[in-house]
Amino acid sequence: MTRLRVAFAGPHVTFQDSGRLGRMRYGVPASGPMDRKAFAIAQSVFGNPPDAAAIEVSLGGLSLDCVEGQVTFAVVGGGFIVQIGSRRMGAWTVHTLHQGERLVIRPGPWGSWTYLAFAGHLMAPQWLGSSATHGPSGLGGGTLVAWQEVIVQDARVEHTLEGSIPCPIWARPRPVIHAVLGPQDRFFSADSLEDLATQPFYLTNSYDRMGVRLRGPSLTPEGALSIPSEPILRGSVQVAGDGLATVMLADHGTTGGYPKIATVVSDDLDGFVQLRPNDAVRFKLVSAPQAVALARAGDKALRTYLNRPR
Amino acid sequence: MALYRPIADHAVLVEFGTAISDAAHAQVLALDQALTANPFAGFREATPAFVNLLVDFDPIMTDHAEVEAHLRLLADQPLTPRTPVTWQVPVCYENAPDLDEVARRTGLSTDAVIAAHLAGDYRVFLYGFAPGYAYMGGLPEAIKLDRKTTPVRGVPAGQIIIAGTMCLITTLVMPTGWWIIGRTPTRVLTGDEARPFLFDVGDHIQFHRVSQAEFEALP
Repeated sequence: MTRLRVAFAGPHVTFQDSGRLGRMRYGVPASGPMDRKAFAIAQSVFGNPPDAAAIEVSLGGLSLDCVEGQVTFAVVGGGFIVQIGSRRMGAWTVHTLHQGERLVIRPGPWGSWTYLAFAGHLMAPQWLGSSATHGPSGLGGGTLVAWQEVIVQDARVEHTLEGSIPCPIWARPRPVIHAVLGPQDRFFSADSLEDLATQPFYLTNSYDRMGVRLRGPSLTPEGALSIPSEPILRGSVQVAGDGLATVMLADHGTTGGYPKIATVVSDDLDGFVQLRPNDAVRFKLVSAPQAVALARAGDKALRTYLNRPR
Repeated sequence: MALYRPIADHAVLVEFGTAISDAAHAQVLALDQALTANPFAGFREATPAFVNLLVDFDPIMTDHAEVEAHLRLLADQPLTPRTPVTWQVPVCYENAPDLDEVARRTGLSTDAVIAAHLAGDYRVFLYGFAPGYAYMGGLPEAIKLDRKTTPVRGVPAGQIIIAGTMCLITTLVMPTGWWIIGRTPTRVLTGDEARPFLFDVGDHIQFHRVSQAEFEALP
């Protein structure tokens, strides 16, 4: 057993597994990692199963003291900075933490989320069979707080895995994201649809695991203020009465009464969440069949990467 | 006639109308039930709402056209709706923070507000907002109010809250702009792994009044 203690944790640093599926009908979104590809890569370093937990680190950063034992870890996602004592590395690294050492993860030149995975079993509370944390309620693994102990059972040291791992081009922030119009685009004027497809939007500081509000042209919905609440998905571009768009993310509400002008394809969401507040983003509208082709191409690229010779 | 709207790369929204109606919701529940009984390869989950059913799928295994074809076949067959469960939920109206204000705004006495609330015929139309927040339609017109202009923070679990024609039981400490008219020991998030959520969409709820002493004595 390896025992770590949280010396510092910024906001929105949580335990996550690959997600809590199948409970949308009870008001529970999947949650799970914001950047699902980076999470999968981090867990694949040690061959951890999909339901294994890792720690999602936000721009707030995380410091962990190793108080007992030792363990090899991976930090994958974003251009974060990883420090052990005076030794400084970038994310996309595998290293070993020993008793008495402090691991510091903080934001670097790019990216908003990174994943800390361990060679061993990271202990995290579960809710409904999953340690994915639903941020607004705190249900699941939970949010990390200072002085909390983090336990890795059956912790291993894997010196042969240490070193840097390649960051594929598709893991970088994605400033152009594909989206399919609808399902409530009928409530928007031709001008608003044109603005969505042609104008730049900017991420704002209203950005958490539930979603990110965008700044840009007003997309005022027409006659949609009384539509019945409809299901929402990760990637829904929801427009409130003030004309501002919000892209719904991992901890989204499952239903809502605001119209959804478009929905971002799942393959682009991992790169989208690695943008930062004030970064520009453009929507590129595609058909539903084109969106399916993008999902399949993205899945193939991820599998090719995970199966690469090492 | 149902409308099938493709969403992104991984979902189809089946729409049975544009305005809330019992007929549209019955069709939503019937298709939901048929899909549960006859899922397609690549089916991930379905989310029922007032007038539509969201069907989420794995785009590596199937696509919108195949899913729509499957759903059309299901919708064409005679569907026997599930027999809904009726749940009895005790409510204590004593010391409820907004009961007097609801009475003032509706021009009723507090006893008349309570009687109206108890007289409602409630049904779960959908879940939303937060885990376990089951939206129950059927609140009588006499106590129909718009939401408060400013939400109240930190409202605890087990509160009976109303707004518009909806009523719900809070399950977590959350903000709400709805009117708090009572509390119940009934927990929609049951903590029971075999049945983690008490109600299914479509279930009926009957409220009955308990005194403060009875409320405190309930498990």
